Amino acid sequence: MAKFNKKKDGDLPAVSTASLPDIVFMLLFFFMTVTVMKDSSLMVDNILPNASEIKKLEKKDRVIYIYVGKPTSQYQKVFGTEPKIQLNDKFANVSEVGDYILQERAKKPQELQNVLTTALKVDKNANMGLISDIKQQLREVNALKINYTTFEGDAFRNLQ
Amino acid sequence: MADIAFLLLIFFLVTTTIETDAGLDRMLPPMEPPEDNVVIKQKNIFTVNINKNGQLLVEEELLDLKGLRKAAMDFLDNGGDGTCNYCKGARDESSSDNPTKAIISLKNDRETQYSTYITVQNELVGAYNELRNREAQRLFNRNFTEMEAEYLNPETPSRIREELKDKVKQIQDLFPQKLSEAQTSTN
Repeated sequence: MAKFNKKKDGDLPAVSTASLPDIVFMLLFFFMTVTVMKDSSLMVDNILPNASEIKKLEKKDRVIYIYVGKPTSQYQKVFGTEPKIQLNDKFANVSEVGDYILQERAKKPQELQNVLTTALKVDKNANMGLISDIKQQLREVNALKINYTTFEGDAFRNLQ
Repeated sequence: MADIAFLLLIFFLVTTTIETDAGLDRMLPPMEPPEDNVVIKQKNIFTVNINKNGQLLVEEELLDLKGLRKAAMDFLDNGGDGTCNYCKGARDESSSDNPTKAIISLKNDRETQYSTYITVQNELVGAYNELRNREAQRLFNRNFTEMEAEYLNPETPSRIREELKDKVKQIQDLFPQKLSEAQTSTN
C-alpha cells in the first residue's frame, strides 16, 4: 500500500523563485526611471526647508546649482562647522560665486544664456547673512532669476 | 538572471539620486537703480521685518507667523481709493489704495535662520496665490496656480499654452507681485 502513503504534514514545498528576476527587473526599471545620475557629490549638509507654494523647475539644462550648508563630518576638521558654499566639487568663498556663474553661463549654448535660473540649495540651518552675500553677487553678474529649492510640505514645520 | 538584475539594481542605487527640483521662484532687483524717483505713499507699503530670533514685526507690530498670510491678504485686497472693482477687502483709507500699487517690503537680519526666511517668503507668495486663485476661479473657473503650472510645463501643447498665456497674464496684472527686499540690516 506504499502507493497511497500520505505526505507527512509540515513538509512544506520550497517557495518558487521563478518570478524573482521579474521582480528585481521591475525594481531596476523603477529606479532607472525616477532617479538621475549624481553630478557632484555633496560635501555639505543639505536638509532643505519645506514650502507649500512651490513651482517645479523645468528644463534641467537651464539651471545652475549652488549648495550652502555646514560641511559634513568628514570635512569639519579642515573647514570648520560654519556654513560654507559648495560650487561643483569644492568649497568656495562668497567672492567666487560671481565668477562661477559667469563660467557656467559661458558653457551653455548661446540661446539659453539669458534664461538661466540659479537654484539655491541651502540647508535650513544656514544664516541669511551668507545668502544675502550670495544674492548680492548674483545681482552683480546679472543672474536675477533665482529659485530657493525646497521640499514640498507644510512651511510651518520649518520652525520646529 | 536574478543575480545580473540585482547587480544592475545595486549599481543604479549607488550612482543615482532622486532630485528635488521644485522651489520658490524669485527675481532679484537689478543692480542699477531705476531712473525716475517714484514717490510711494507710506500706506501702500506693507513692511515685514524678521529679527535674528525669527520674530516678525509687521507694520510696526509684533505678529505671529501664522497670521502673516491673512494680514498680507487684507493689505493687498484692501482697495482703499475705490478704483479696484474686484477687491473684497475692508476699503480702509489708511491701508493700500489698489492691489497694483501695493508693495510688500521684506527685511531680514543677517542672523536670521534660512528656514524662517523661507517660511515668511512662502506665506507672502501664498497670500498672492490665494488672491489670484480667487480671481481665476471667478473669471475662468479654475485655480491660478494650476493654470500657471500647466503654462510652464513644456509638455503642454503650444496651442493650449498660447491660450493660457493671456489668461495667466491677466490674473497676474490684477495682483502683480511686488515684493521688495531691502539690504539686510547688520544690527
